[in-house]
Amino acid sequence: MQDEPTPIELTKSVADFLRNDIAPLISGHEAFKLRVAINILELVTRQLTREEGSDAAEVERLRGLLGVDGSVADLNRALAERIAKGEVDLATPGLAEHLWQTTMDKLAVDQPNYASYKRELGRDR
Amino acid sequence: MIEAELSRSVRRWCPGATGVAGVARLSGGASQETWRFDIVHPDGPIGAILRRSPKGYGAAPTRAAGLTAEAQLMQLAYEAGVPSPRVMHVLVPADDLGTGFVMQRVEGETIARKILRDDEFAAARPQLARQIGGVLAKLHRLPGDKLPELRSRSATQEISEFDRDYRSLDWPKPVFELALRWLRDHDPGPSAEMTLVHGDFRNGNLIIGADGVRAVLDWELAHLGDPMEDLGWVCVNSWRFGEIDKPVGGFGSREELFAGYEAAGRKVDPSRVKFWEVMGTLRWGIMCGGMMQRFREGPDHSMERAMIGRRASETEIDLLRLLAPRGS
Repeated sequence: MQDEPTPIELTKSVADFLRNDIAPLISGHEAFKLRVAINILELVTRQLTREEGSDAAEVERLRGLLGVDGSVADLNRALAERIAKGEVDLATPGLAEHLWQTTMDKLAVDQPNYASYKRELGRDR
Repeated sequence: MIEAELSRSVRRWCPGATGVAGVARLSGGASQETWRFDIVHPDGPIGAILRRSPKGYGAAPTRAAGLTAEAQLMQLAYEAGVPSPRVMHVLVPADDLGTGFVMQRVEGETIARKILRDDEFAAARPQLARQIGGVLAKLHRLPGDKLPELRSRSATQEISEFDRDYRSLDWPKPVFELALRWLRDHDPGPSAEMTLVHGDFRNGNLIIGADGVRAVLDWELAHLGDPMEDLGWVCVNSWRFGEIDKPVGGFGSREELFAGYEAAGRKVDPSRVKFWEVMGTLRWGIMCGGMMQRFREGPDHSMERAMIGRRASETEIDLLRLLAPRGS
């Protein structure tokens, strides 16, 4: 077991430093690049926070849909192949729900401010 | 320095011009550059834009029409009354500037978020969806016999091409697979008419002023195809910039777009438009994957490119909203 602080805490400390101490000092294209850099660190923090739980749930759903076991990457590949072959489609029980949940979990990490995501999140509540 | 070559160039083709001033690079990657400058003239400065591929970057990517074709299309559009900058000069070898062209600079805004939010455009915004319909109708009516040589693409060919692009990424995405299946199942077949298709007509590639659309830019993806493709692409959610209930670029409704198109004497096929909207959403998603690949394989190892890879999920949620909508 690795020592603490955790990767989440460490990454967040860098993002806070860049946002609070460096951002006010620079302007123009460098300021734009810095905003991108801070966005990346915040994305990484969200992923570190959520990935374990969402991947485990995704694997659980994929096992149910496909009837096989494997890593989350293997099972995604298998599902993609079955959809491509037409063996699984939106009429397959659970597929739409699975794709929605998986996509919502991705947006929660990638772009929680994306308008489509916020609209759909409102539906879940 | 580009200033010296530009000065020599304008003196040759712009009567009375004495040189150039205020030369500044605007944007573009390694293979294509955009520069703004003023032509110094006794009657006052003339605002101009240079679009060029520098020497050694002559070969256009397979999908692009090429800068010479782009210049011809913009000039044709200008003459037909499509809001478009006037092309002032097509580069020749003696210019020593590579390939490309110089056009009149049109003042106005291209940044989508500003157009959607700034007060300056408040009066124009409600008119834009309908106006865009009229502009597209004119564009689709440009005379076929005057067009430069362009690639021609049917829906079926486009599906195969995106399928190949997607598989080359080796990036298994169940939602993209679902979209590809849907597109095959809903392929509308050959269009009854093949017209000029702009190929990238959207909020962000239009110069907008307080009075509405002033110029249509970025003709590099122009081709011959189903005119409904442009109507579908302008509705792709990625170009609504948060105004998701206003499908046409965040400005207005499909009904307004269609009304503007039909008022200009052309017919809309809404089911084809929907097909191309799905296709366009997938197209942008696959392009995000391409950016990720270029980031990984270099030479552009920038953070911006890396982050665009993470925007593919935006197109996945938009594809689900189109293909598997949840109850409202």
